[in-house]
Amino acid sequence: MGRTPSSKEDAQALFHSLRSAYAATPVNLKIIDLYVGFAVFTALIQVVYMAIVGSFPFNSFLSGVLSCVGTAVLAVCLRIQVNKENKDFKDLPPERAFADFVLCNLVLHLVIMNFLG
Amino acid sequence: MSNTAGSDLLKTFKLKTKQQELLIRVSILCLVYILAFITRLFSVLRYESMIHEFDPYFNYRTTLYLTQNGFYDFWNWFDSESWYPLGRIIGGTLYPGLMVTAALIYRLLHFLRFAVHIREVCVLTAPFFASNTTLVAYFFGKEIWDSGAGLVAAILIAVCPGYISRSVAGSYDNEGVAIFALLFTFYLFVKAVNTGSLAWGLASAFGYFYMVSAWGGYVFIINLIPLYVLVLLITGRYSMRLYVAYNCMYVLGMLLAMQIRFVGFQHVQSGEHMAAMGVFFLMQVFYFLDWVKHMLSDTKLFQAFLRITVTCAVAVGGVALGVGTVSGYISPWTGRFYSLLDPTYAKDHIPIIASVSEHQPTAWSSFMFDFHILLFLFPAGVYFCFKRLSDATMFIVMYGLTSLYFAGVMVRLILVATPAVCLISAIAVSATVKNLTVLLRSKNKVVQTGSTKGTSSAKASSKASLDQSQPFQKNGAMALLFGAFYLLSKYATHCTWVTSEAYSSPSIVLAARGAHGNRVIFDDYREAYFWLRQNTPPDAKVMSWWDYGYQITAMGNRTVIVDNNTWNNTHIATVGRAMSSYEDEAYEIMRSLDVDYVLVVFGGVTGYSSDDINKFLWMVRIGGGVFPVIKEPDYLVNGEYRVDKGAAPKMLNCLMYKLCYYRFGELVTEYGKPPGYDRARGVEIGNKDIKLEHLEEAFTTSNWIVRIYKVKPPNNRW
Repeated sequence: MGRTPSSKEDAQALFHSLRSAYAATPVNLKIIDLYVGFAVFTALIQVVYMAIVGSFPFNSFLSGVLSCVGTAVLAVCLRIQVNKENKDFKDLPPERAFADFVLCNLVLHLVIMNFLG
Repeated sequence: MSNTAGSDLLKTFKLKTKQQELLIRVSILCLVYILAFITRLFSVLRYESMIHEFDPYFNYRTTLYLTQNGFYDFWNWFDSESWYPLGRIIGGTLYPGLMVTAALIYRLLHFLRFAVHIREVCVLTAPFFASNTTLVAYFFGKEIWDSGAGLVAAILIAVCPGYISRSVAGSYDNEGVAIFALLFTFYLFVKAVNTGSLAWGLASAFGYFYMVSAWGGYVFIINLIPLYVLVLLITGRYSMRLYVAYNCMYVLGMLLAMQIRFVGFQHVQSGEHMAAMGVFFLMQVFYFLDWVKHMLSDTKLFQAFLRITVTCAVAVGGVALGVGTVSGYISPWTGRFYSLLDPTYAKDHIPIIASVSEHQPTAWSSFMFDFHILLFLFPAGVYFCFKRLSDATMFIVMYGLTSLYFAGVMVRLILVATPAVCLISAIAVSATVKNLTVLLRSKNKVVQTGSTKGTSSAKASSKASLDQSQPFQKNGAMALLFGAFYLLSKYATHCTWVTSEAYSSPSIVLAARGAHGNRVIFDDYREAYFWLRQNTPPDAKVMSWWDYGYQITAMGNRTVIVDNNTWNNTHIATVGRAMSSYEDEAYEIMRSLDVDYVLVVFGGVTGYSSDDINKFLWMVRIGGGVFPVIKEPDYLVNGEYRVDKGAAPKMLNCLMYKLCYYRFGELVTEYGKPPGYDRARGVEIGNKDIKLEHLEEAFTTSNWIVRIYKVKPPNNRW
């Protein structure tokens, strides 16, 4: 039987495989992933709103989108640093990673507040 | 041996070897810090503590305004004293980093009750930051290679002429602070990549913010770092630390940079910044795929997933970029930076950029002059970097190669290449010296441990136990070390000589040797500006070529028509047209601009060659670029530019010629030559009998260098 599976079966197998692999990740990482998803979703809503309403004032739009994207990216960095599977960060205490995350978010949002206008 | 004598001395202080090493290092750094400062003080000692050249006067004036009126007035300042009648939004069109830094130092000194004038702070800001740059170079060298390389890098950059040229005392320009910010940002970023810590990434974002606030050359950083990330991704050296470092720096750095009004939204709209954004998105896709691959156990499924995602991402990215560029939303590369990629662009399209002498391509002699032995130490250093390749050495090699390419395109950019060349050369020097001294000391240790009982001073790694089969190895090493020492001392001598001869002149005060060898000072510029300040009505408007605009507003305190900011090409072309036209047409233009005084610079009496007659062809070209009535061939004879009897008639009667040579035909300038002999051009002028109808001579300085004319009001009608 040399019949190659159709792409639909391919996609379903992919989806199942991903789902089962993801279910094995620890809970704290899943919480971070949820936060990242929320931030990206908020950014998308803002972009759609901008497409409808127009981009004036541009600095407000940019600051809104960049605050979402920024906090998402910082959360991904936190996830990387806290994940026990990453050998680069095995002697970094998770409290330090979280403190860095909070500090960077603080700076991010202070700058956003200045930029909002 | 001197080794034991020195170590005995240090042992009397009861210091362990590590402490001895620390003491030596700290004292070397202190000495280098002081050296970097004092080698830049030649012009302060020879002339006086004053601001040099043209651009620094604008920076000085804005700093003065900042200290007198506070930050909010400075940030929202609209200046009606330049670019009459347009004015200039200063708050929104400058890089505030330098001014804010100087104002902060001034405030700090006043807080400590040192009553210094802001001018002294401005004059000495650049040497102070040069000293700080040597410290950063030490830490950077330590990060890339080891502390020995860091020390050598600090020493090399302290005296390197490429850096000194733009950071002498008195050169109060953006580059003095910007090179410190550049190296600091790069150091923090490399540290972030090496440690993968968010805190270092945040620090590098702040370093980038400082760089953006200081100089327009920040575009180099925002393009080099994405290029470096791309190279790391392609060569497979990527890691999680890279993701953390780049993303933190990019997002926070971009946000911070947009707070500077002059930069505005360029990070999302300008073509020059799109590389960083592209790499940002590429990184997200790349690491996402990496994560998925890590989660999936089946590679076949992953290949399918990979195909889908990559095609989607490339399609979306390409469409977005294409739509943005075609619709004009993403602005293309501006002329200033485009001419770096295509050096012939400016000559054909933007004469103002082509006319600046600092923007010319670099000659080989400039490289030798500014770098000396670093030129051949650079390839050696690159070789060492490739031998011990790591993320950090890859970065410094990329920095060195790209900056050297740009230094070859434009003379001014030798400054940006200098830190990279110094660092890489330091690696070469340090590695070579280390290898040689290992040879020397291992021989010594074999001898010493035989005689003494394991002294603590020889802590050199004796991994390479040397066999005695090559008896001349020690002598060879000694000879090579002596040669290295000789080269480095020659370098130091050369750098000091270059600093003293070439880079310490204030440009606003000229010096020459008199007939008896005494020093003659020409202070004509300041004489003329102070005459303007004291003898003209406060609302007088002065027309001159744009080179002198900043100095006239800063020292003469009068409104000018055009100045060095050159933001409005048409306005400059109007002035150029006025200077190149006959007196009647020029008078019409001057009346329309409300000009009261005209200022020209003339070097015929002193032989000063940077005067307006030598710059005149650029005035014609720039004026002709906007007003086709001005044609360059009208002023040339057979393609040759002449001012003597054989010159073109339009040349002999244009306003610039008349204003420069008015009454010059009666003056004998050199013994044995006829009156009206122009010493800068070396010819006798063609039109000696000049009559001015609409202008009258107001002031000529003592050496005829600056000449000021008053525009007469129109005749009464009868």
